[in-house]
Amino acid sequence: MVPLNWYIILSAIIFLIGVAGFLTRRNVFIMLMSIELMLNAVNISLVAFSHYLQDMRGQIFVIFIITVAAAEAAIGLAIIVSLFRNKQKMHADEIAEMRG
Amino acid sequence: MINYILIPVLPLAAFVINIIFGKFFFKEKSHWIAILAVFGSFVLSVITFAEVAAGKTINYDAFSWIVSGSFNVSFGLLIDQLTAIMLIVVTSVSLLVHVYSVGYMHGDKGYYRFFSYLSLFTFSMLMLVTANNLLQLYFGWEAVGLCSYFLIGFWYEKKSAADAGKKAFIVNRFGDFGFGLGVIMIFLFIGAINYTDIFANISTLQGKTITMLGHDFDLITVIALLLFCGAVGKSAQIPLHVWLPDAMEGPTPVSALIHAATMVTAGVFMVARFNPVFSLSEVAMNTVAITGAVTSLFAATIALVQNDIKRIIAYSTVSQLGYMFLACGVGAYGAGVFHLFTHAYFKALLFLGAGSVMHAMGGELDIQKMGGLRKYMPVTFWTFLIASLSIAGVPGLAGFFSKDEILWLAYNGGAVGKTVWLMGTLVAGLTAFYSFRIIYLAFFGKFRGTHEQEHHLHESPTSMTLPLVVLAIGALAAGWIGIPALLGGNNWVGHFFEPVLGHPHVHGTHAEEWMVVGISIAVAFTGILISTIFYLWKPQIPVLIGEKFKGVYTTLWNKYYVDEFYDRIIVQPAFWIAKNVLVGITDAKIIEGIVNGVPKLIGSFGEKLRKLQTGYVQHYALSMAIGLFVILTLVLIAGTR
Amino acid sequence: MITVPQLFFAYFAVAMTVLSLLVITAKNPVNSVLWMLALFFHIAGLYLFLNAEFLAAVQLILYAGAILVLFLFVIMMLNVKDEIIGKRFIKGWPVGIALVMSILAVIYFPISRLIQGPAGQYTIEAIRAETNSKVLGRVLYTDYLFPFEVASLILLIAIVGAMVLAKRRA
Repeated sequence: MVPLNWYIILSAIIFLIGVAGFLTRRNVFIMLMSIELMLNAVNISLVAFSHYLQDMRGQIFVIFIITVAAAEAAIGLAIIVSLFRNKQKMHADEIAEMRG
Repeated sequence: MINYILIPVLPLAAFVINIIFGKFFFKEKSHWIAILAVFGSFVLSVITFAEVAAGKTINYDAFSWIVSGSFNVSFGLLIDQLTAIMLIVVTSVSLLVHVYSVGYMHGDKGYYRFFSYLSLFTFSMLMLVTANNLLQLYFGWEAVGLCSYFLIGFWYEKKSAADAGKKAFIVNRFGDFGFGLGVIMIFLFIGAINYTDIFANISTLQGKTITMLGHDFDLITVIALLLFCGAVGKSAQIPLHVWLPDAMEGPTPVSALIHAATMVTAGVFMVARFNPVFSLSEVAMNTVAITGAVTSLFAATIALVQNDIKRIIAYSTVSQLGYMFLACGVGAYGAGVFHLFTHAYFKALLFLGAGSVMHAMGGELDIQKMGGLRKYMPVTFWTFLIASLSIAGVPGLAGFFSKDEILWLAYNGGAVGKTVWLMGTLVAGLTAFYSFRIIYLAFFGKFRGTHEQEHHLHESPTSMTLPLVVLAIGALAAGWIGIPALLGGNNWVGHFFEPVLGHPHVHGTHAEEWMVVGISIAVAFTGILISTIFYLWKPQIPVLIGEKFKGVYTTLWNKYYVDEFYDRIIVQPAFWIAKNVLVGITDAKIIEGIVNGVPKLIGSFGEKLRKLQTGYVQHYALSMAIGLFVILTLVLIAGTR
Repeated sequence: MITVPQLFFAYFAVAMTVLSLLVITAKNPVNSVLWMLALFFHIAGLYLFLNAEFLAAVQLILYAGAILVLFLFVIMMLNVKDEIIGKRFIKGWPVGIALVMSILAVIYFPISRLIQGPAGQYTIEAIRAETNSKVLGRVLYTDYLFPFEVASLILLIAIVGAMVLAKRRA
């Protein structure tokens, strides 16, 4: 049997790889995809818990997460589109208008 | 009951009316309101005096003023024998001064203001003497101090007058501080501040001590001395006498009313009123007597060489007040108050007479520049002479009886009593000398002023001479209520005061009494004789003496340099502290530092925080991740331990 | 003793880690999307491993089929050519990597000492009796009906929002 904590550690590793991608890449598309990576890692963890604790609630939660992830991806891409239209820039470290 | 309340309230009403409407409605006629009010008070006072003389005493609480825990103060009236005499003195002298001021202040642009202040002063003084608790007394006390400030600095555009007003008020505050402490101590240890309760319970404090700075002091002595501080300030005794000569900057009617008859006598009144407290402390009594005697001698010596006519009379007042305290200090409270009564009349007369002389001389104060005025101003001359005879203690006039009573009772007062008796007798001689010095230099001899002044010399108008005459009658006859048994009288006033002020023990024999009287008369006539020799027959003698004893002369002329001493020790350091410490450090550095520093601090803090907003999304995400790391560490690692 | 399930899991784990690393380090965004697609397939496989068939199907249809396609649409529409030439990582990238490493270190300890909570009633046999979809549907539409409706609202907002944000100014 595969122990539960292996799944959790796997989920943590993928989540942290997503964080690393968000914190270090310049391209906004890659940043968005790192976010999707993070969400998927969480999904893995939830489904694992659902299986090992024999409760359906984990899977229900995953359905909702996938829904929200879809909505957020759509809006995120719309933002990138309008950003590109106004600035012609695709790199996060060149957009710093809101600095105080 | 309403009669008694009206006595102080009438002048108050006159003040309110005059101060509000005087400038526009009454102007030159403002004196009518004031004079009517004071006359009403005078009539009521006479009626009240008659009632008290028949045996009635009024101690009445009108309404409850402050109720705060165990501190209950009512607004009330106490009219007993002591108050009744004071009412007569205050209202009669005030009335005469009001009438005098009509002529003296004629044409002054602050005419209505003068009368409103006079009314306010009369109200305050009446409140002081009719109070039946310490808080009301204190109110009247401060109010008369305030009116004194207003009236001394009446011609406020003159710098010396404004300064003198300030000086009077500030020096008074020193005394009032001690007085306030005394009131507080009475409340702390007795629990009430109305006279009835205080006098009933004061004997319970006998023998108790209070520890200050590691030493034990007798409680009643401390209280009595603190109360005496107030009297020292208000009645211009040493060391707080410095304000009275400078107070002569005020108009002469003010000097007559406030600095002769009424305000300065408030200290004597207070000591007499509190005689149950003072009698329980021998140390306090001796202090009062010695202070009075020393002040009396001190002021009399200064008066010997002054040339400003009002200043001489001012120092004379300080000296006579010393007499009154001398009396209180040996237990002869009745004699002290009797002297207060007679002194009011002859001193007010002296001042008003001096005012008349100044009026004729166009404001000239220097007696060296006067001379031979008796030809031009006979009424002034005769009344002034009567007053001087009275103050010198010539037998038959008012001053003789009261001064003699004091000296005889002082002689009976033990070792301290005999010492102050000697000093008092010496002062009597000096008083006679300098009083007649004024007479000879101002009214006899050749006129030594300018031709201009000589042309304008005239007798004063009736509004001014009438009060002089009335006061002269007082200076003559006021003493006749206290003719001692020795000389065939029944000492009516002594017996009158007995219920309130007690009667001191008299050990001496009739023979001793005749001796004391004889010595006083001899000293008085000696003083007058020497004065006549010096200033009438051989005027070169004083000049020679002045040159031979130049050091003594200069010290006396400079008032023993007390003012300069106070200036160096107190005033200059106060200014230095104000300028360098309070303004330089606390204001400029500390307060400004805080007021400017706090915004600057907030600003710099904000500046630093601003740097966090870089504008890069990934930096914000990085801070979120750091926060996540911190929380995880705290929860997962530290929380499990 | 390493059992067969553990071997399977080992494969999945290694593959998923490698693929996610490739996702974040790819230069061309299109490449990145394609690596992500492979990753999603592995995730779906892992779900099958965990008896969540419905979710595996949803993952493939929705995530791989819809979201990634949307991504590709937008990437290609915006025609980013100079992307291949520019730099990949921001200036302060070691900071991010260091932070991630520290968080991993912090998380590793508690997870390795994980204690399971109480078990619910949906055992594997009970789920296998009815199918996973049926059980999921029953729980979703009875206990979690309200969140379900709210989720539909979220999707509505997403539609409206995307239209508003991406609209070309007239």
